[in-house]
Amino acid sequence: MAMSRLFSRSDDAPVRAEARYPALVVVSLVVLGLILAIFVFADWLAPYDYRTQSLLKRLKPPAFLGGMPEHLLGTDELGRDILSRLIYAIRFSVLVALGGTMIGALIGTVLGFIAAHFRGLAEEAIMMLADVQASLPFMMIALALIALFGGGFFLFVAIMGFYGWEVFARLTRGVVIAANTQGYATAVTALGAPARHVYLRHVLPNILSVLIVQFTLNFPQVILLETSLSFLGLGIRPPLTSLGQMLGAGRAYLTSAWWIAVLPGIAIFLTTMSISILGDWIRDRLDPTLQSR
Amino acid sequence: MSSRLLLTKLTRGLLTVWLIVTLTFLALNLSGDPIEALVGDQATAEVIAHYREKFGLDRPLWRQYISYVAGIAQGDFGLSLSDQRPAIELIAAALPRTLRLGLTAFVLGLILGVGLGIVAALNRNKPVDRFVMSFAVLGFSLPNFFLGIMLILLFSLHWRMLPSAGDATIWHLILPAVTLGTHFAGTFARFTRSAMLEVLNKQYVVAARAKGVPRPRRVLWHALPNAAIPIVTIIGLKLGDLVAGSIIVETVFAVPGVGRLLVNAVTSRDFALVQAILIMTSITMVLANLAVDAVYALIDPRMRAARSES
Repeated sequence: MAMSRLFSRSDDAPVRAEARYPALVVVSLVVLGLILAIFVFADWLAPYDYRTQSLLKRLKPPAFLGGMPEHLLGTDELGRDILSRLIYAIRFSVLVALGGTMIGALIGTVLGFIAAHFRGLAEEAIMMLADVQASLPFMMIALALIALFGGGFFLFVAIMGFYGWEVFARLTRGVVIAANTQGYATAVTALGAPARHVYLRHVLPNILSVLIVQFTLNFPQVILLETSLSFLGLGIRPPLTSLGQMLGAGRAYLTSAWWIAVLPGIAIFLTTMSISILGDWIRDRLDPTLQSR
Repeated sequence: MSSRLLLTKLTRGLLTVWLIVTLTFLALNLSGDPIEALVGDQATAEVIAHYREKFGLDRPLWRQYISYVAGIAQGDFGLSLSDQRPAIELIAAALPRTLRLGLTAFVLGLILGVGLGIVAALNRNKPVDRFVMSFAVLGFSLPNFFLGIMLILLFSLHWRMLPSAGDATIWHLILPAVTLGTHFAGTFARFTRSAMLEVLNKQYVVAARAKGVPRPRRVLWHALPNAAIPIVTIIGLKLGDLVAGSIIVETVFAVPGVGRLLVNAVTSRDFALVQAILIMTSITMVLANLAVDAVYALIDPRMRAARSES
């Protein structure tokens, strides 16, 4: 099927732009671009500070539901501007997810290199730990670590950094072992280059694309994890805020002010859906075996 | 599956559980003195000594480790620090609710997902297919806490049709089970669709059609069993999500199950209870994965042959 499509492309009418970039993919790109812009420019975009309380203007509905024009998305139980909180919540959520994913990628990649370089006992130990991590849902591991170490922003980012290291470790180990048997790595080693040089200058650039793909796969998972834990009140805690924290705190006001919980929920939903639509689309384009479907 | 492979898997599983047990023991001892956290800094030395003895913390570390492992092997996970009841009792009391919710959600997701996946595959690229696949994407990208809150908002608060908290009656089960099941329905629908599409073009299905086998029988009897293999794989991979999901959903709908017990234990930093739940979960996961492997062998005769040769 893939072949026939490849050949027929030149005969048929040229592929329309719409077919190459479906509307949903464009929308997803716009959403993610917006999230990125909010993450970078939160300080300029937010009309108020996310902690500023105004007890006289509590639980005001969004402007489009008859609220006040100066609080476009309404206010929460302490009279804080929801639009501003949402903007900063996006920044904190993305920050935690970026930090967590990066730490996990770093730990996993380093351990993968160690396993592939030393083999033997070190490899066994690292792979055994990877098995342990994979045998439990990470939510459980994260909850246990939180029970053990408690709250705090940096601690929480560090705990999120435990997510997915085992995937990076397995990936890296596999690719490095393969690379070590390939011509270029043995050639550089034979020329007398130290192992560090071979790995950093020659092997790492070769496996970087695999690692980056894994990074983009882990990132949305960490966002979901952060929002879930913050929703439970165990992740990002007040006075800081995140999308999950806003949603969890707003849950108490569902009857009187549903927008406090629903607006951050929509933000989370749009983010995760955009990432999964985009991920599907990229995978369909990259994987020729899926072309026929 | 050959019994030897099963044995290898079982050994690996046991090793994993033992590692988790050891790691939690280390964590428990690294995390500082739980007694001080329990009695506060105002307590006298005698009170602290009494509690140390009660929890067995006055013995050398290796003796503690041995009795810890031995205790777990006999189902003794120690006392909950905040409640002072055996952790296993607290878990046993909460477990039926979690199982009921989890199983209902899982079966719901499986039936709905596989059904929708088949329908989508049979109507490939038609509006029905697009509709089902949109539902699938929606299903697995909606975070379950958000879906749960939206369902409460609509069905409990707005239309007042269903209760939003607790688990007293069968009606209480509906919203949490739908919340938890939607994610699985979405995932299963996608995988069933692609597995069915793969199989529907195979020669044996075409041959069955040429022979005049009616379509329902062709789909359910010839195609579906062959498509079941990737579906079973996904079931195994999704068990962890079921556990994680029920932690959230039980909190959203105030179901007093193991998930809520865990969240409360983490909130009150009752690590003794947390580690008990952690170890129980890991044992359950190992057993469940073994069961999935067994099902695998059961539905795929090739697997049996290929593996017993190697």
